[in-house]
Amino acid sequence: MDFFTALSNPENAFLRQSLLVGLFSSITFGIIGTYVISRRISYLAGAVSHSVLGGIGGALWLKTIFRIEWLDPLYGALPAALISAFIISRFGRGPGKQREDTMIGATWAIGMALGIIFVDMTPGYFDITSYLFGDILLVSSRDLLLIIVLDLIIILFVGRFYYTLMAICFDEEFARLRGLKVDLFYQLLLGLTAVSVVLLIRIVGIVMVIAMLTLPAATAALYSKTLFRMMLLATLFSAIAIICGMSISYCANLASGPVIIVSAGIIYFLPAAFK
Amino acid sequence: MSPAPPIIKIDKLYFAYQDNPVLENVNLEIEKGELASIVGPNGGGKTTLLKLILGLLKPAGGTLEVFGRAPEKARRKIGYMPQHAQLDPQFPISVLDVVLMGRLDQCGKGLFSGNYPRSAANIAGEVLAEVGLEGSARKSFNELSGGQRQRVLIARALCSEPELLLLDEPTANIDPCSEENLYQTLTKLNRKMTILLVSHDLGFVSQIVKSVICVNRQVVIHPTSEINGNIIKEIYGGNFNLIRHDHRCDQTGHSHYDHFSVNRGNRLMD
Repeated sequence: MDFFTALSNPENAFLRQSLLVGLFSSITFGIIGTYVISRRISYLAGAVSHSVLGGIGGALWLKTIFRIEWLDPLYGALPAALISAFIISRFGRGPGKQREDTMIGATWAIGMALGIIFVDMTPGYFDITSYLFGDILLVSSRDLLLIIVLDLIIILFVGRFYYTLMAICFDEEFARLRGLKVDLFYQLLLGLTAVSVVLLIRIVGIVMVIAMLTLPAATAALYSKTLFRMMLLATLFSAIAIICGMSISYCANLASGPVIIVSAGIIYFLPAAFK
Repeated sequence: MSPAPPIIKIDKLYFAYQDNPVLENVNLEIEKGELASIVGPNGGGKTTLLKLILGLLKPAGGTLEVFGRAPEKARRKIGYMPQHAQLDPQFPISVLDVVLMGRLDQCGKGLFSGNYPRSAANIAGEVLAEVGLEGSARKSFNELSGGQRQRVLIARALCSEPELLLLDEPTANIDPCSEENLYQTLTKLNRKMTILLVSHDLGFVSQIVKSVICVNRQVVIHPTSEINGNIIKEIYGGNFNLIRHDHRCDQTGHSHYDHFSVNRGNRLMD
């Protein structure tokens, strides 16, 4: 129980803050993950998160070349995520459009490639590992605040439009026939997914965000008959994965992101294998 | 009795996906109280015709009116049942929540509340009873059989209290026993509303419907009693065995012929 002893050590305020960020981000992982799983857009979320590297690289390049000191590379992540979500949803759906999986693959790869090109063009050495794999121990109090604000926005939006979103995810065509603004809500849902991805990159990184958006919700789906219950359980499973991951990585001196993901994976595969 | 205006009126309709014409010079009228079926081979344009009637697709030529208005403005009066196989079988949703979707247009308009009005749950209970699924409201949609799911989707269509019921392949993926149930349910519902269904299953169709609309690029209408081997051969281009079900018919209404476009048989009503 080294981890829990360390948590209560007054010198380890950063550890408590990291744990709080992890617990609050579980709410986002649980709710958005539920939609990602039930609407079957996990690869879309994957493309959005990977294309974020393009935005990070772009911001880094601008910052260095034009000496814009305040420009944190992560600021480039949000426009990149929103643009790629928009491109996929706008051009990858409906009759006469491109194939959605092709759009996903293209956005995924081109986004990452652009990111690496920008990093190469930027003078000096720059390590992108922290963006690719994240580190929950490096989060700031601003990250904590942003995650809480995001949680509130998601809870209010999903609470207000619970039935609308359920209808759109379950049967888009029927929702359209009953007069719902299907495209608007689908775009909003994707936009919210994109924002979540950007904030959650701090915790598990670009490469593994998709795992936290899918594994806890997929585990929850095994025990849920309604979306609401699935959201609650997914939040719980994701919190358990984060606590386990953080404590094991702390004791074994491993990187936190991968251990969190493996914990979430074990929670998913164990019951799925025996069910 | 003076003839009421038709519920669906299609005039010289033309539709194509890119350059492939799917429907050509389609003329069709569906009267109030009819129970009619669209039949035809796969790729013949059945579902396209249904989607045009729903306003999900726009005709490339000709006119199409539903309840005397543009299709998308008539949607409130239409109940639509898609094939259950199109839906995600693993989606976590209760039967009640599926049925309530029929009332989505009444779903909370308030700033903070997006719930259905209280009355909606009562109607949902009534329509579930109507399709023989009373007591299943709390069940999960994904634990039902194919036939039960199809009936839930009929209940959902009924939940909006439609005047016109459109059903896409109601007998696809269901067992013979459910088919018999469905047959009784539709006959009962037809006393209250006009029903138009799409089916590739002529055996089912010929038992219950009053007229058959054959779609294979063009539209040809037959009364069910006229269906015989030749007509089937004409529609599907092959030989089929057919068990014929006779209806007691008398002749009313339309009987215009146009050999170049649409061959319209005598409309027969029970």
